[in-house]
Amino acid sequence: MLQINDLHASAGGNEILRGITLSIDSGEVHAIMGPNGSGKSTLAQVLAGHPGYDVTAGSVTYRGRDLLEMEPEERAQAGVFLAFQYPVEIPGVSNAYFLRSAYNEIRKARGEAEADPLEFLDIVAGKLELVDMDDTMLTRSVNTGFSGGEKKRNEILQLAVLDPTLAILDETDSGLDIDALRTVADGVNRLRGRDNAFLVVTHYQRLLNYIVPDVVHVLIDGRIARSGGKELALELEDRGYDWLEAEAVAGGGA
Amino acid sequence: MTSAFVDQFRQAPPEGPAWLTAVRRRAMARFEQVGFPTTRNEDWHFTNPAPIAEASFVPMPAGHGTLTPGDLSPWLFGQDDWPLLVFVNGRYVPSLSRLRVETGGVKVMSLAAAMLEEPSLLERHLTRRADVEDVSQVFSAINTGLMSDGAVVQVQAGVTAARPIHLLYVTDAAADGGVSHPRTLLVAEPGSGATIIEQYVSAGGGGYFTNALTEAWIGDGASLTHYRLQREARNAFHVGTATVHQERDSHLFSFSFSTGALLSRINVYAGLHGPGCGATLNGLYMLDGSQHCDHQTRIVHSQPGCYSRELYKGVLDDASHGVFNGKVYVHPEAQKTDGKQTNNALLLSERARIDTKPQLEIFADDVKCTHGATVGRIDESALFYMKSRGIPNREARRLLTYAFAAEVLETIQVDALRDQLERLTLARFTGDAEGR
Repeated sequence: MLQINDLHASAGGNEILRGITLSIDSGEVHAIMGPNGSGKSTLAQVLAGHPGYDVTAGSVTYRGRDLLEMEPEERAQAGVFLAFQYPVEIPGVSNAYFLRSAYNEIRKARGEAEADPLEFLDIVAGKLELVDMDDTMLTRSVNTGFSGGEKKRNEILQLAVLDPTLAILDETDSGLDIDALRTVADGVNRLRGRDNAFLVVTHYQRLLNYIVPDVVHVLIDGRIARSGGKELALELEDRGYDWLEAEAVAGGGA
Repeated sequence: MTSAFVDQFRQAPPEGPAWLTAVRRRAMARFEQVGFPTTRNEDWHFTNPAPIAEASFVPMPAGHGTLTPGDLSPWLFGQDDWPLLVFVNGRYVPSLSRLRVETGGVKVMSLAAAMLEEPSLLERHLTRRADVEDVSQVFSAINTGLMSDGAVVQVQAGVTAARPIHLLYVTDAAADGGVSHPRTLLVAEPGSGATIIEQYVSAGGGGYFTNALTEAWIGDGASLTHYRLQREARNAFHVGTATVHQERDSHLFSFSFSTGALLSRINVYAGLHGPGCGATLNGLYMLDGSQHCDHQTRIVHSQPGCYSRELYKGVLDDASHGVFNGKVYVHPEAQKTDGKQTNNALLLSERARIDTKPQLEIFADDVKCTHGATVGRIDESALFYMKSRGIPNREARRLLTYAFAAEVLETIQVDALRDQLERLTLARFTGDAEGR
């Protein structure tokens, strides 16, 4: 579904991604782990099309299309979704309007009929329960005045409503207490399917207790230092990142 | 060189009672003496009235041409039981108006009719609030000299007008090159309440000039809600002043919505002259092309224990120019004054410009007065967030712009009016002609 090949990206002239190669198939969950500043979030943002990053080399192919040539909204319409590490507050735009606009744009792109406000309420009602939110949040402005946990749950609500093919979760666990973490993880697990894939970016292993990955990649200094099964995450939990960083310095040389 | 206005006054002074003739003469003499302001005048520093001063506008023709009640629909709010006074080219048109609804204690009539029927009401209030001596307010002096029609609303003591009263000033295509001086008088007797919608629109465009003046008096414990909508033709000029006098424990809610005209200057002046008053002055202006819109607000706290709130927002596109000057005066007696002023502008283009000037003069020591002004552009992180959810760039920008404006539109308390202005605002940012 997604092939990333030797991807280099920089921000403000500083190279952050220095040659990422990885491949994700339908039905898989991949985890990206790594210390702060290793480029995890940059990778997530580059895949979503954030204008603040320049891709300087490499390619990304998503379902046969050149992802890097697509505008952020085209990526979303083609089924790419990024759950933000820091969801943005948009005062004055209600969650209901925002979500329905997004939902209908994606429906339009798929050649499907748009939902009117009443039909849409039915669709959302079932998803709200998935993330343990009540419908009063629909009338509130997008993320405005939401607690950290509410913002993250709102991201998962959007994920559930928009039903992407490739979902990227950027540190969705940061700032969550254990109950909220479990709610969010349960929501994600119920959305996992044969036809979609997840890329879970996280600093800590604990989220992976709940969202069990098929593959774990460790990012060090903009490169994948190691890939392995879910047991790699546990090893990192025990040993930290230092040994991999030391290896990267020793092995990378340049 | 004397102004065409002076010539017109000399040749054909409008009719009226003797006391008014004397006031008119003084006002026009003052105008003749000081002339139009230039940008050296601090109150006109960012707005040059020369295009108005140099044009020779002629009085607008009588009669309402071909306008039918159906033609009014773009400016109505779907409520056909609201009292409606329609003026075309400055003159009251009974056949387009709806006045049957006055029930006990509310008088709604044209100024021309009030000259005959309510002479004592006019003598008490008309020309008593507007300042025609101030060199910055010569347009008020000109209106006072040349006004011949307009609206008069009086709500008697203890009465609350059940429905909003809509005063609709239409200028039609026949009035190209013409000027009108509509005058509105609003009197809310003690303990009364009323909502007034004063709207200026164009049927057929043209380069005309509306020189409007509204005076309002709010008695003890009364409350007045005043919506002022400036939706003139794109080539028109509009100068409009609302001067409000507030007595003890009275309340004013004022809202200025301004989207029309090539050049507009809107003054909202509130005098809080009794203890315990409150005044809220809100507004939204949306400009594009080469439009220029200048709002000047002035709140005078002359008595203790009053509050004032101001929220003005501007959305400026293309090479438009917005001006906001918010004056707040707190007299030495006005202890415990609580004032807050906010002005936010959103610039949608590199060429758009805003000049904003808060002006607080405080002579009492136990007061709380704050002001804040922001000038910003579309929030790029919010834009990316929306796009990352599949919302196209244009739609995302439109929504964010609308959201900026919505905060102040939400303060409109008349549902039908708020819905209409929200629709107009949305339409404006989709390039829909309705929003212009």
